[in-house]
Amino acid sequence: MNPTLHSILAFVQTWWVELLCAVLIVLVVPLIAGYLVLVERKVMADMPARLGPMRVGPHGLLQPIADALKLLIKEDSIPDNADRFIFWLAPVLSMTAALTSMGAIAFGPWFQVARDINIGLLFVVGVSSLGPFGIVLGGWASNNHYSIIGALRSTAQLISYETTAGFALVSGLLLAGTLNVRAIVEAQRTDHAWYIFLAPVGFSTYLIASIAETNRAPFDLPAAASELVAGYMTEYSGFRWSLYFVAEYANMIVVASVGTTLFLGGWLRPFPNVHWLGWLDAAPILLLAAVGVYYVFRAGKQPARVQSLVMWAVAFFSLVVSAIFVFASPFSHLPLAKMHDGLYGAFWFLLKVSAYIYIFMWLRFTLPRFRFEQLMRLGWHILIPLALVNVVGVAIALALHSEFSWNRWLATFFTTLATLGAAMMLLRWNDKYSAAVSAALLADSSIAEDPHAG
Amino acid sequence: MLDSVIFYFFAGIAVISAALMVTRRNAIHSAVFLITTLLATAGIFLQLRAEFLFIAQIILYVGGIMVLFIFVIMLVRLDVPLPQIRSGLQKWIALFVALTVGVEAGVVIFLARKAPGQGLLIPNPAPADKLPPNTEELANSLFRSYLLPFEIASVLLLVAMVGAVVMAKKRTEAP
Repeated sequence: MNPTLHSILAFVQTWWVELLCAVLIVLVVPLIAGYLVLVERKVMADMPARLGPMRVGPHGLLQPIADALKLLIKEDSIPDNADRFIFWLAPVLSMTAALTSMGAIAFGPWFQVARDINIGLLFVVGVSSLGPFGIVLGGWASNNHYSIIGALRSTAQLISYETTAGFALVSGLLLAGTLNVRAIVEAQRTDHAWYIFLAPVGFSTYLIASIAETNRAPFDLPAAASELVAGYMTEYSGFRWSLYFVAEYANMIVVASVGTTLFLGGWLRPFPNVHWLGWLDAAPILLLAAVGVYYVFRAGKQPARVQSLVMWAVAFFSLVVSAIFVFASPFSHLPLAKMHDGLYGAFWFLLKVSAYIYIFMWLRFTLPRFRFEQLMRLGWHILIPLALVNVVGVAIALALHSEFSWNRWLATFFTTLATLGAAMMLLRWNDKYSAAVSAALLADSSIAEDPHAG
Repeated sequence: MLDSVIFYFFAGIAVISAALMVTRRNAIHSAVFLITTLLATAGIFLQLRAEFLFIAQIILYVGGIMVLFIFVIMLVRLDVPLPQIRSGLQKWIALFVALTVGVEAGVVIFLARKAPGQGLLIPNPAPADKLPPNTEELANSLFRSYLLPFEIASVLLLVAMVGAVVMAKKRTEAP
């Protein structure tokens, strides 16, 4: 046999699980991004009691596919004065960074591309920090004022909030004592607590910073439609535009996965060490069976024959799969049991990630947008000091626990109180200071004479 | 086999994009090729089993410093003042620096070649099949063996940062 072919075959034989996971991520994430858009439109419609997309497919379920087709056949226009090379490169860079950083995320105990890298979480954060290049280069290459202002805003925002997110992650990593993603989740099992309870301030700051990092409302200044048309994406159309779009939603999944892994217990079920809650282990299968039973009852009542056929098919599928898992559970040596472990972990992980992303959407339709200097003030004056103080607080709690054998919850309680007290003091000082500064600015004649000021 | 393929792949990318970085007229293009060089260097770190250095290179140089570079390049119109900065002396300085670095690299390679068939001497080579816990080792040497130099460097950087803020600050009467 050809030696090159042979070595390739050997490579595939050793790494086929990882390769399969990688291919699956690349194939599935754009689809998930499309459906996240649908979910977002449904949530947006639900808040003022509207229906959202209803025309394409039952309850608009095929809307993402119609949207994708439309984007694919749209004209791909490049402005005359654009820098063609960078214009081509920028969306590809965004997409690559978002998809590559998913490589180290464990979507359950078995589904992870880069299985045993010691820098796991750092890899995710580091590679996803390449995303801003796509935005800033795209905005510059478009040669358009809206684009470049959007790009500059976005870069400034990302640099500011990456620091906060980093310190928030440090407070969680201090508790875990490792960067390996799987070890972090296992540490939360042996510590008998999700780290959201041991570092509540860290989780809050990470949540805020992650919203800002994904450029979503109320931090969506880089693409503020009422000010900048579409910000850095103004000149993009068709497939390039959809690359940006998929990258944005993939980034949401990445930050939500990082938050879930570090603070929400990864793929562990709620209260993983409480035995009488053990029935929660069966929740995914029960849910699948419940969906099957519901569809059996609803299938006959559908107006169109196609719809009822589809519903019968879904019901059959979910009942059969749940039956297989129920009857296979005693035979734990079978590979099926391993698969059950993986599915069960992925269920809880994806549930938590979805809840996290739902918070993003909820906030988007609830809060008004920040002004730019408010955004910077929140980032630099409040969040970064708070996150810094919190790192010290968590370290003190850890030291009290290990050196002076305090109760861990007591130590956490006191240091959290101290952190919040420090934050309160910061806020008061900050309010006083910024009031004084704006008074001084108003007194400055050059600003007062500017007709566009205020 | 695979190791050397990976090494030459990344080294080739690094060298080619470094050359492109110097020759491009457009500052943004240069920055993009500098990013490519840094990423390829990070790839070489990974090939050498230094995964922490790999990600530190990406986070610090690519994700931090280069973003700031591009930010500044976009804010400042470089195409206007650039010809004024350029002087005749620049060419000679560049030649001198390049020659020095070249001679240095040549000496290192020559000294390493003294033992026939041997490369540079590595005291404790990492096993190829298992990655050493880089992060822990780096932390141990930084915070145990070399704590004082590390702290001195940190204070120096802090002083530089405070100095930059003071110099850039707009002077308004603080009430």
